[in-house]
Amino acid sequence: MKAAVITFPGSNCDRDLAVAFEKAGFDVVRVWHKDSALPHGVDVVGVPGGFSFGDYLRCGAIAAQSPIAGALRQHADKGGYVLGICNGFQVITEMGLLPGALMRNAGLKFICKSVDLVVAAQNSPFTSRYATGQSIALPVAHHDGNYTIDAQGLARLHAEDRVALRYAQNPNGSMGDIAGVLSENRRVLGMMPHPERAVDAATGGTDGAGIFASLLGGMALA
Amino acid sequence: MKARVTVMLKSGVLDVQGEAVRHALGSLGFAGVSGVRQGKVIELDLAETDAATARASVTAMCDKLLANVVIESYQIEIL
Repeated sequence: MKAAVITFPGSNCDRDLAVAFEKAGFDVVRVWHKDSALPHGVDVVGVPGGFSFGDYLRCGAIAAQSPIAGALRQHADKGGYVLGICNGFQVITEMGLLPGALMRNAGLKFICKSVDLVVAAQNSPFTSRYATGQSIALPVAHHDGNYTIDAQGLARLHAEDRVALRYAQNPNGSMGDIAGVLSENRRVLGMMPHPERAVDAATGGTDGAGIFASLLGGMALA
Repeated sequence: MKARVTVMLKSGVLDVQGEAVRHALGSLGFAGVSGVRQGKVIELDLAETDAATARASVTAMCDKLLANVVIESYQIEIL
């Protein structure tokens, strides 16, 4: 299975994300934001964390208009898998691949710590290696992770089992304690916590490895 | 021709930064400030000379990039 990881000016988790995909068994290609096409045969696109374009205007807003964003949209429209982490979640939300928006943390502070999460989705290709209701710990590092959506949209996410991950203790004011959401076709996941920073026992634990293993396992079956 | 775009959070969206400013004003002794909303102002220098065309063009800019219409509203002034 082939994963592409996009780098924007200001991305800083792109290499870690590539390493995490490789460690899970993916072939990884790196893609630059000015590329207007993805390499042939890409199964999943990773949109990494960082501060793309300096977070100018709004986090992720300028990256969402970059040349690679057009190719990413086509990939998603064709049913391709997309994993957006932290700034990547902000980028794909700005693109409209996921509903809602990520606003300034309710406490106004940048939060950098490990948080406990609950695997909420019953059925998700990104979390199938975890049990529903399982508690995992992943690092967060963000200033704008306050997930916001209108009441109707929130009800829809719950009704359609699209809340992939919830915070055990809400750190940022996110509605419904939402830490990660799935698209309607369940193939796009955006999440604020960093699974790619938790794939090695020597550095930050291995609770995040299940995201990548789930994805690889699900694709092998598909 | 110039245009000025004012981007604000929509009225139903909690403005945590505005709330922090309101608290700060209160603690500085400015009584009677019951609400603060914070937004941003973006000024554009345009080559366009027709006001109606400029407004249409700036509206497209707002919808595509300058505002996130999921949470924000915008007002355009052509100057």
